[in-house]
Amino acid sequence: MVGLVLVSHSPKIAEGLTDLTSEIAAAHKGIVAAGGLEDGTIGTDAIRISEAIRQANDGDGVVVLADLGSGVMSSETAIELLEDEDIKVKLADAPLVEGTIAAAVSAMVGSDLEAVLKAAEDCRGVKKIP
Amino acid sequence: MSTRVYDCLKLIAEKIIENKDFLTDLDREIGDADHGVNMARGFQAVIEKVDPEDADIGNALKKTGMTLLSTVGGASGPLYGTAYMEAAKVFAGKTEVSGDDFKAAMEAAIAGIQKRGHAEKGEKTMLDALMPATDVLSEKLAGGASLADALTDACVAANEGIEFTKTIAATKGRASYLGDRSIGHQDPGATSLTMTLETIRDFLKA
Repeated sequence: MVGLVLVSHSPKIAEGLTDLTSEIAAAHKGIVAAGGLEDGTIGTDAIRISEAIRQANDGDGVVVLADLGSGVMSSETAIELLEDEDIKVKLADAPLVEGTIAAAVSAMVGSDLEAVLKAAEDCRGVKKIP
Repeated sequence: MSTRVYDCLKLIAEKIIENKDFLTDLDREIGDADHGVNMARGFQAVIEKVDPEDADIGNALKKTGMTLLSTVGGASGPLYGTAYMEAAKVFAGKTEVSGDDFKAAMEAAIAGIQKRGHAEKGEKTMLDALMPATDVLSEKLAGGASLADALTDACVAANEGIEFTKTIAATKGRASYLGDRSIGHQDPGATSLTMTLETIRDFLKA
């Protein structure tokens, strides 16, 4: 199953979103939160994110979803740090909450990496009030 | 007995930590008021994590970069972290600094920052100090100057770069949300970058 790594400056956002996603896509066991710095400070940590990617990967690859600013830059850095390892990993250009839910549901039904990435990215521009 | 590269990194760290409030104040004007706090936290960790006795400059810079990636927290983490890690590749296995290597390390740092931040010159970023400094360093070295002298002139160019950032609007990062209201303020990243170069200059001249 394609794994997911949830990156936020806030540990609470990343963990809360993991909880929420576990409710909605209960069969997905490969969702790893990578929020904040190691000591819980607000921020993003590329090393922590790269470890989360390793942890989320069961061989089918990992989609990373990030909040904003350094969330994106640290995620890109984390992916580069894993260049020499055999992990298929993609950073989604998607809103964090909606993208995560869509990606989790897609992964749960057995979609491959590209399809999970697309499910997340299809959430860009989705209207909440029709 | 610590190595020269460690001593220099420690001086850079002390300079950043000493200017924590100044850098944060600059960032309060146009950003999210965390540059000094974040950089000081990162460099405090650098002092603690880099091996003071390893003379391999590449190792020391790589450890510095990895430490900044995980402890700065804001965008400066991946930007400075990548810059140090790219510079580390130039110095892999080396214990001495030549002018050519220093220039190559600055160029590698620029390429790393650009890859990470997708920024060009003139966008009110650290590149507005680093790029002109590298141009001047390169020119002076080609004219036969010593590294210390070339870096002295490069620091003048970096300071001019800081002044230049006051005249332009930010198009990258949080400051870009302010549009033209960012004009008149100097860029915190260009400032911390210049402090770094000045510390290395003073270290080489001492």
